[in-house]
Amino acid sequence: MVVFGGLITQLLHLALILAGAPLLTGVVRWLKARLMGRRGAHPLQPWRDILKLLRKRPILADGASIVSRAAPYLAFGATLLAAALIPSFAQGMLLAGIADLLLIAGLLALARVALALNGHDAGTPFGGMGAAREMTFAVFAEPALLVCVMVFAVLAGSSNLDTIGAVFREGALGLRVSLLFAALALVAVALAENARVPVDNPATHLELTMVHEAMLLEASGRHLAVWEMQAALKLTLWFALLAAIFLPFGTASAGSGPLLWSLGLLFWLVKMGLLALMLAMFESAIAKMRVFRVPDFLGGALLLALLAAALIFVSTGLA
Amino acid sequence: MLTLLGACLLALLGLSALGVTGRAPRVVFLGCAAAAAGFGLAAAIALTGDGMAATALPVGPPWAPSLVALDPLSAWFLLILAVVAVPALLFAAASPAPPPAEGAAFPLFLAGMAAVLVAADGFTLLLGFELMSLASWALIAARHPTGVGRRTARLYLAFAAFSGLCLIAGFALLAPAGLGFAAIRAAPPEGWRAAMVLILVLLGAGSKAGLAPFHIWLPLAHPAAATPVSALMSGAMVKVALYVMIRLLLDLPGPAQPAWWGLPLIGLGAATALIGALRANLERDIKAILACSTLENMGLIVVGLGLALVFRGSDLRPLASLALAAVLLHALNHAGFKTLLFLCAGAVASLAGSRDPDRLGGLIHRMPWVAGCAMLGAFSAAALPPLSGFASEWLLLQSLIQGWRVAEMSIQLIAAGTLAVVGMAVGLAAAAMVRLLGLVFLGRPRTPRAAGAPDAVGMMRVALLLPAALSLLLAVLAAPMLSLTGGAIRQLLGANALAPVAGFDLVLGDAGARYAPWAVALLLALAVGLTWLAVRRRSSLAPTREPAWDGGFMPPPPHLPFGDPLSQVSAMGLGQPIRRSLGRVALAIRERHYPAMPGDPATATLRVDTEDRGFTQMLYPLARLRRRLSRRAEALRGRTLRINLSLAFGTLVFLLALVAWLERG
Repeated sequence: MVVFGGLITQLLHLALILAGAPLLTGVVRWLKARLMGRRGAHPLQPWRDILKLLRKRPILADGASIVSRAAPYLAFGATLLAAALIPSFAQGMLLAGIADLLLIAGLLALARVALALNGHDAGTPFGGMGAAREMTFAVFAEPALLVCVMVFAVLAGSSNLDTIGAVFREGALGLRVSLLFAALALVAVALAENARVPVDNPATHLELTMVHEAMLLEASGRHLAVWEMQAALKLTLWFALLAAIFLPFGTASAGSGPLLWSLGLLFWLVKMGLLALMLAMFESAIAKMRVFRVPDFLGGALLLALLAAALIFVSTGLA
Repeated sequence: MLTLLGACLLALLGLSALGVTGRAPRVVFLGCAAAAAGFGLAAAIALTGDGMAATALPVGPPWAPSLVALDPLSAWFLLILAVVAVPALLFAAASPAPPPAEGAAFPLFLAGMAAVLVAADGFTLLLGFELMSLASWALIAARHPTGVGRRTARLYLAFAAFSGLCLIAGFALLAPAGLGFAAIRAAPPEGWRAAMVLILVLLGAGSKAGLAPFHIWLPLAHPAAATPVSALMSGAMVKVALYVMIRLLLDLPGPAQPAWWGLPLIGLGAATALIGALRANLERDIKAILACSTLENMGLIVVGLGLALVFRGSDLRPLASLALAAVLLHALNHAGFKTLLFLCAGAVASLAGSRDPDRLGGLIHRMPWVAGCAMLGAFSAAALPPLSGFASEWLLLQSLIQGWRVAEMSIQLIAAGTLAVVGMAVGLAAAAMVRLLGLVFLGRPRTPRAAGAPDAVGMMRVALLLPAALSLLLAVLAAPMLSLTGGAIRQLLGANALAPVAGFDLVLGDAGARYAPWAVALLLALAVGLTWLAVRRRSSLAPTREPAWDGGFMPPPPHLPFGDPLSQVSAMGLGQPIRRSLGRVALAIRERHYPAMPGDPATATLRVDTEDRGFTQMLYPLARLRRRLSRRAEALRGRTLRINLSLAFGTLVFLLALVAWLERG
């Protein structure tokens, strides 16, 4: 029964994130437009774009190899697997046993490498430049993420996301300053990983500033559709990750029934909406920073994470 | 077992004699490959069944016979040697005939490494170590009679002599009673003697393994040799140094050493990992990039070794076995993918004619086999799941995360800081591998030679596919392979230590984290396959080809069939973000910008000179000191006879006084 419930929740979760990912991107864009005083496109617009792109004939660059044709699927598959491991409305999904945060980080790295190789493939100047910058940002984002994982592992006793969520939901830990620091660090990493505003601008195609779009410059048709879907899925994944760790309230526990699942779903939708609103407000309020300021930004995130770890060691040492 | 090992070693000596004549180089290399496979067989027998207890040989120094043994730890490293040597030697047999000195030194190099691994007394171990060092020097020098390569060989020889001297001194302190390993274990060193042993082993074996600040020879010497030798040096020789480190720090001094022993290893390892990974992003020679990646991996392994020492000293045996498992598994995984990558680099260098990435590019079109193998190796080196590098780095990161279980807050903080540095090194390694693949295999060809390069065929292709298949197997079967190290872990950490394995999964006992490589590989294949099917169902139009948008450059003239080479990123350009944000950690960088004056038709140029800080802050001051001392000594020659005589007399008096003082004490 538990296995069956796990399977059902896993499949429902997959359907939910696949259907919801482009919608979430649309909602963020719509909120941003409203905050800036524009009417904004319909939140379903990303879905319409993807379906339109799927109908078009893909055009490959002259020098493109098999990498341009395979990389979108590899990146999407890795992101999908990572997203499947992060609980949304219920815990104890089928794959909860392997939902290790380091594995999720590894799968995201796999998607990132596929994206960077796609940028290199056509041999154009912007693709290579974007790939170099993307990998450089990851150099600073990765340690911050790892130290955050250490903080959670100290508090929850494991780096398994399901365990962390269950422990944090119990609320026995209370509010901790170290968790606040870890949350700030993780938010900074999430902004960098999703190419959001202070690091990169998702709305621009201005060559000098772009990182993520530069690597997709030569993608078209179904390849571009898969890349767009992958980017949307990655945003959903990071929102879900932040929600699963820092806002675990209301999530159905392992082995619960459909009633609790729908309650959990309701909570999850509210949490995602809240995070989308926060992102839209943040992006409307600040400007993009220069490329070589990004290491400072992410280095700050790393320092916050290390501070969180130090605080935890001090507090557990005194207790 | 003894007969098998003895036959392999004797065969290597015989092949070396054949190699001197310079005749039949293929026979020499294939024979060496067979001998290496024999080592692998012996290792497999010892790992799955019984090893070989210490056996006295009929040869040896006058005071005691040489002892050899094959315990689980030796067997594991002998397996690593075989994993590297067999494909490397097949590649050597597929390459054009080398100079005779290389044919003679190659079998000796292998024999030296094997002798270190099977030795059961200090004398035999040191003999093998010196044989390994000298033979590998000869292998570098054989390719470079003059010039920069010869200077590199000399630098390497100096470092090899230094490490040999340190190890001899270390053994002298370790073994006042006798050089046999059993005798040393019976009387473990204590107090200042133990601390000196730690320092000397770190200097001796550490400089051979490329630990900072003695890493500077490695990115120069490894690429200077022929490709199979580079693969052996990067894949196996540094592992032999690692084996010496494990043997002399974990095994022989006994389990009673304090926890702080691990801290220097953690610090040096983290520094090496960071420096190596950084330099891998800045080098302009594909083999040097791989050598720097070896530095990074050795750094990670030594961090794991330090953690094992810390955990053992703090009585956290399960965590010590986790860290040690990470060390042993990563040593094997690194051997697999680094051999693969070096052989791919060698294939590129010989078939496309250059090791400079700025003269390569777009090779995936002409060399699909080499490109596929290189991608597999690079993905493993970048620690991407589900490939082999990820499994061992997962273990290493988990053991670092578990560092908080040590009660001391200082060690907890060190673990957190090391985790950050290691995370940075892992990210840098991924960046370096993307840069390597992007420059060499993707994009447009940068020279006509690269545009017409043929693919690897015949035995060369076999030599590439062998480690590729092995890396794939290691990726999926990480857990069963790791359970083979159970013997070594028990040997080093006590009878009830266990490898962190459950069935086909890697698990942490009490922490509950789990990594199932097979499940991840399966799920990933499922996700990618289903996505592909779903997308192709909705969108079935075949793609067409159009010229890429070249960032606004003019379309290339007809005499540039592959486009304007200037409009594609260069090796320096790709390294630029990392050079500007982190480069000064490892390198002394001098950037000079010559802007073009308005109206001047000359181009603006940017000149970047980089030099490792090991040179600027260690070797150059040492060289200056030596010059100053020798000038002082030279000045003595111009003195008068009276002063010379009084100097000689003074020295005599001093020595006599020293003798008298020593006699009394």
